[in-house]
Amino acid sequence: MAAVTPDQLHGHHAPRGVMRWLTTTNHKDIGTMYMIFSFIMFLSGGVLALTIRAELFKPGLQVVQPEFFNQLTTMHGLIMVFGAIMPAFVGFANWMIPLMIGASDMAFARMNNWSFWLLPPAAILLIGSFFAPGGATAAGWTLYAPLSVQMGMGMDLAIFAIHIMGVSSIMGAINIVVTVLNMRAPGMTMMKMPLFCWTWLITAYLLIAVMPVLAGAVTMILADRHFGTSFFNAAGGGDPVMYQHIFWFFGHPEVYIMILPAFGIVSQIIPTFSRKPLFGYASMVYATASIAILSFAVWAHHMFATGMPAAGQLFFMYATMLIAVPTGVKVFNWIATMWRGSLSFEPPMLWATGFIFVFTMGGFTGLICAIAPIDIQVQDTYYVVAHFHYVLVAGSLFALFAGAYYWLPKWTGHMPSEFLGKLHFWCSLVFFNITFFPMHFLGLAGMPRRIPDYALQFADFNALASVGAFGFGLSQLIFIVVVVKCIRGGERAAARSWESAEGLEWTVPSPAPYHTFEEAPVVR
Amino acid sequence: MNRASGMHAGDHYFVPEPSKYPIVGSVALLLFGSGAALWLNAVPAGRWMFFLGIATLIFMMFGWFGQVVRESQGGRYGRRVDKSFRWSMGWFIFSEVMFFAAFFGALFYARVLSVPWLSSGDNAALLWNGFSGAWPTAGPYAADPFTPMAAWGIPAINTLILLTSGVTLTFAHYGLLNGKRGQLKLGLAVTILLGAIFLALQAYEYIHAYEALNLRLESGIYGSTFYLLTGFHGMHVTVGAIMLTVMLFRTFAGHFSPEHHFGFEAAAWYWHFVDVVWLLLFVVVYWL
Ligand code: HEM
Ligand SMILES: [Cu+2]
Repeated sequence: MAAVTPDQLHGHHAPRGVMRWLTTTNHKDIGTMYMIFSFIMFLSGGVLALTIRAELFKPGLQVVQPEFFNQLTTMHGLIMVFGAIMPAFVGFANWMIPLMIGASDMAFARMNNWSFWLLPPAAILLIGSFFAPGGATAAGWTLYAPLSVQMGMGMDLAIFAIHIMGVSSIMGAINIVVTVLNMRAPGMTMMKMPLFCWTWLITAYLLIAVMPVLAGAVTMILADRHFGTSFFNAAGGGDPVMYQHIFWFFGHPEVYIMILPAFGIVSQIIPTFSRKPLFGYASMVYATASIAILSFAVWAHHMFATGMPAAGQLFFMYATMLIAVPTGVKVFNWIATMWRGSLSFEPPMLWATGFIFVFTMGGFTGLICAIAPIDIQVQDTYYVVAHFHYVLVAGSLFALFAGAYYWLPKWTGHMPSEFLGKLHFWCSLVFFNITFFPMHFLGLAGMPRRIPDYALQFADFNALASVGAFGFGLSQLIFIVVVVKCIRGGERAAARSWESAEGLEWTVPSPAPYHTFEEAPVVR
Repeated sequence: MNRASGMHAGDHYFVPEPSKYPIVGSVALLLFGSGAALWLNAVPAGRWMFFLGIATLIFMMFGWFGQVVRESQGGRYGRRVDKSFRWSMGWFIFSEVMFFAAFFGALFYARVLSVPWLSSGDNAALLWNGFSGAWPTAGPYAADPFTPMAAWGIPAINTLILLTSGVTLTFAHYGLLNGKRGQLKLGLAVTILLGAIFLALQAYEYIHAYEALNLRLESGIYGSTFYLLTGFHGMHVTVGAIMLTVMLFRTFAGHFSPEHHFGFEAAAWYWHFVDVVWLLLFVVVYWL
């Protein structure tokens, strides 16, 4: 067993059972809890999504009422964004960043615990709001005024849930920034850091900058709802469009918060299975930073149809298209890493290459949406739904699975089943495309989003999408089997679980001992 | 694995033992959030949950910060922990800056864009006939007329007070650095006093605004931005004053040395931040 520090011995014996998890200050415990929590949220959000798809299987109203349908789309978005994707990446950060930079733990271990344990209360408020009088908020995950000013108590619960999640994110982000800047082992210079740490450092800055803005936006809604203010009320000199500006000032950086760590994970995996170092490490760092900086100057591309002076439309259109440049640099570098590599396609690599392929399609549809005259046609149609599911599901979620398969040996000490991992991948890839590819056509043909019923000509593609969605949902159960099997046994994993995997995390045994790097390693 | 040999105790980074405070804080915020939502929707139990939440939060903060102070006094924080605190406080203040930025942004948007739009073009011709759009305004459909807050009365005095408090705080800091504890205590006490006077004047100003000027939260976009900006600023002054008060008590208890006093510095940074926000407020909310 690794040496126990005096700090840890201090309490005579570590708490056991539930108390261990409630009080832990260990980054691995906390990382595990983040990931379990986010997976539970992923399944809950998934149930809502499947209810939506069941309703949309054929025209007419059969499963739910329109009011409830809108609650479903709203809560699906909120739960997936704030409950599933974001916490999952924080879980990866908790587990891996200290291991990658040779730190004994996160910089603020106690605050780390609080960052996690704020999430369950927020989830209780959010999910509990379904049972409030009038049900959950149905204003869409973007909570646009004036709808959000008019909803019932569910809206207030959602506002407080967002406040609590914001506190959690800001504390988590500050923790990550400080850990990366201050806890690196001797010799681990910034430009030697694994790319995952770089992408998270930049993501953490984004979080610190925009989560407070979201808090401000929902606070204004709260004030408009209950305290008589007129931020979003034209009669009082305010403007509902102002809400959209404030929200998307948060919202666009937010989508990069959900994709930059994914870029980091993929940049760890591709070199390992290409058996070559990452192509263009420095340009990856600069590309990440420029994406982050640009992301503050593009928010109104979500508002082309809302009304804006032409100069504004042009500015936001060109600024948005500019983001495609650093994004393209990244995709180029991944491909160049694979070019003439000695490739093998174990599950992590399958997911990572799948990510590149499908995420890039999402990037292209993003570019199409960025063209103002086109976007005025497709805004609020299923085309946008297709776009953001290509970047969020095939982007963020696929990268999360890639990372999970890559580091499961380090977490559990056993290799994940290769067969099941591949099955999981192929089922997900196929069903994902069956679900979301037809949505491009639906959107171009004019089917609006967030509508429980639709015109007859959309029926076939919708039926197809619903079948795909149920297939996709069921495929995720394979992952549960993989993880449970991996925890309970299987092929023993070596310290360096994948041949030619680089990085400090592969120098500690698998599973990683409870305490690692209590004496900092020296990096040369 | 490389194990460096020459590490000495000072390089060991302090990792705290398991702690029950975070989960207490989570329960507190659960009570706070659900209580507030219920209370706002006229469910009687909500109010009690809300206050119970706040009480639990205060209990948690006492316990947690108390433990941090004990750990610090026990010499368990090395130089690197100190550096971590510095980074984190800096970024925390930056996140606060962004919170205020949302409200300043709303004020900017209203004054520069939405109000002029409401009073020009089709809006003026078809909808809000006769709305001049001059700032300050309660909007085209204003319920009651109000008098805006003048800059050169209490607000100007408050500006002077806060600026002076920044000076007295620096005076205290120099006392600490030069080992003059008397100067430290005096400077801190005067700073806190100035903060309290500021808050009292602010409270008086609110009462005056409601009773004499008919300037309310309901007074359209002017009232909205005025009260939320100054209100959140006032809350931050309160928090800053509490932090400084804690530092004063710690000084009496003999804490802080000329080399090692980050707690004091953090509170001072926060106070200066609150100061700068006020200057901005004074210019764009009261003056211009
Ligand atoms: C090349 C990069 C990208 C470009 C040019 C781009 C562009 C756009 C544009 C113009 C819209 C607005 C469409 C509309 O509402 O009419 C949009 C929507 C959206 N994008 Fe992207 N995007 C990109 C990458 C991403 C990434 C990486 C993510 C997340 C991981 C993302 C998530 C979203 C989401 C969630 C929405 C819809 C929000 C809503 O209305 O509910 N996008 N994107
Ligand atoms: Cu965007």
